[in-house]
Amino acid sequence: MRLRGFNTAARLMRRTVLCGLAGMAVAAAALPAWAQSKVKVAGIYTVPIEQQWVSRIHTALKAAEARGDIEYVWAESVANTDYERVMRQYAEGGQQLIFGEVFGVERAARAVAKDYPKTAFVMGSSFKPQEPNFSVFDNYIQEPAYLTGMIAGAMTKSNVIGMVGGYPIPEVNRLMNAFMDGAKEVNPNVKFSVSFIGSWFDPPKAKEAAFAMIDRGADVMYAERFGVSDAAKERKVLAIGNVINTQPQYPETVVASALWHMEPSVDRAIATVKAGSYKAEDYGPYSHMKAGGSSLAPLGTFEGKVPADVVAKVKAREQEIRDGKFTVKVNDGEPKSTM
Amino acid sequence: MEIAQDILNILLSAAFWTAVLRIATPYVLGTLGELVCERAGVLNLGIEGIMTLGAMAGWMAVYQGADLWTGVLVAAGCGALMGLLHATLTVPLGLSQHVTGIGITLLGTSLSYYVYRLVLPQASTPPTITPFQPLDLPGALAQTPLTYLAVLLAGVVAYVLYRTPVGLAVRMVGENPAAAEAQGLSVTGVRIGAVMAGSALMALAGAFLTLSAFNAFFFNMVNGRGWICIALVVFASWRPGKALLGALLFAAFDAFQLRLQQIAGGVLPYQVFLMLPYLLSILALVLVARRASYPRALMIPYRKGER
Repeated sequence: MRLRGFNTAARLMRRTVLCGLAGMAVAAAALPAWAQSKVKVAGIYTVPIEQQWVSRIHTALKAAEARGDIEYVWAESVANTDYERVMRQYAEGGQQLIFGEVFGVERAARAVAKDYPKTAFVMGSSFKPQEPNFSVFDNYIQEPAYLTGMIAGAMTKSNVIGMVGGYPIPEVNRLMNAFMDGAKEVNPNVKFSVSFIGSWFDPPKAKEAAFAMIDRGADVMYAERFGVSDAAKERKVLAIGNVINTQPQYPETVVASALWHMEPSVDRAIATVKAGSYKAEDYGPYSHMKAGGSSLAPLGTFEGKVPADVVAKVKAREQEIRDGKFTVKVNDGEPKSTM
Repeated sequence: MEIAQDILNILLSAAFWTAVLRIATPYVLGTLGELVCERAGVLNLGIEGIMTLGAMAGWMAVYQGADLWTGVLVAAGCGALMGLLHATLTVPLGLSQHVTGIGITLLGTSLSYYVYRLVLPQASTPPTITPFQPLDLPGALAQTPLTYLAVLLAGVVAYVLYRTPVGLAVRMVGENPAAAEAQGLSVTGVRIGAVMAGSALMALAGAFLTLSAFNAFFFNMVNGRGWICIALVVFASWRPGKALLGALLFAAFDAFQLRLQQIAGGVLPYQVFLMLPYLLSILALVLVARRASYPRALMIPYRKGER
């Protein structure tokens, strides 16, 4: 647990702490195998654990820890330049299963995985798994994103939906595109205003971008970043959540959210490591609705405020998705304004 | 023609000017802070870190139950302390102002997050506070109190620098410290004081982000605003009035690109719009700052009795 301290601050102390930690970890690895009924899991995140995307992994692992299935250690805000070192440190320290995100360090991370074939790596990545031990996952939650789009398309009165994103990377684009497809299904007249702020962590800027859209008539905001829902709340327009459910914080603003659940992926990885049957695979499908990896958040405070025929349509679509009768198109291209 | 009409509509809307003042606030405060330091002859590259610390400290104080204005004071106090550290290293010890400043930035950002994580180890969504609300005034005047404070402080800094003995002392140690010494002034003392005051202003700039513009603290939320302030000081030719103008101009470019993205976003890549404020600022810098006269003793450590 001391790990999170040194990786976020006190860079000068890092080496000292690290040596001590590595020593402890080696000592732990030297224990006989029967002493380790719990799987030893590590998380390595490039951003703070409050970040929506990472928080889903962290929450799922915390739940597994609370159940007594795993021993969990983690390091946050690890720079990409430092990522490889932390991976090696955990692998050397006897962690059996390592979660993380390697979008910025694909090549290096895959090289590390090759050096530690006995360690299971399950990493957020836009690419394919790598034999024998490097699995990949991503937030493939385009299905609920499509459903939230249907709700947004029905709720807009001005027929303008605003969308503020960080950067147009595949993880962001595919959800935005699915959302837009969903909105267009119920409302062919809807127009989209899209902008990117060029930063992952600048809520004041995201808020300004959202204000600019609301000034131009947007009355439903797609909240990909922190700050967008705040602008919507201040101007009394609606917002659609993404990855996490933010309705408790914005009860009058957030209509619906597309939620990501890492539990199916995490639980599968833990079970296979425990059983000794772990292999490199694509965990993408475990983020689909069918696997319970994503869902549409309950309407909550907006129960009854969304037209009943739309709710029925969304329910029907959801069932079709679960039954495999309807496939949401995965489009990783950069979404463009249609104003 | 349609685009021209749209651009005109943007520039004439009250919402645009409201956004300009709001976006400008941290730049105004940060630029004033840097300006005070540099007028006393000390470059303070710690600005980015000091802003981050101000953002964290002010927010944390409020989160722990203090009222908003106490949070502002806590932020300013923390900024002054960081200024004291920077000044101690660069003024009496005469260390490189560049290296020390960057060290202060690294320390400020890391320390902020370290403290944040110590206090809130298990946050899964960022905790929030109730920030300053805009005053109930029409049009672009509907700003939070900190924006008014920023504009007011530009006047105060200008008045103090040019109309008071303290300001004269600050300008003197930045231009000709030996002459200041001959007048019986303590160059070290004045410089330390100016750096502390300037750093307090920088911390206020950070606190605006967490107490007014938003309601939570994020590790990277200052996002380079401090570096913009360094450039704005040059743009302003080290004058508070021009600093206010420069900050407003930069904010106007930024507010404008956010709105232009709505109109022409389908035509040009979004990166072009994000680049726009910086590009226009460089252009303005080239045009305006040609005749800028910088403080003669800027970045030159003063050692008593040395010729």
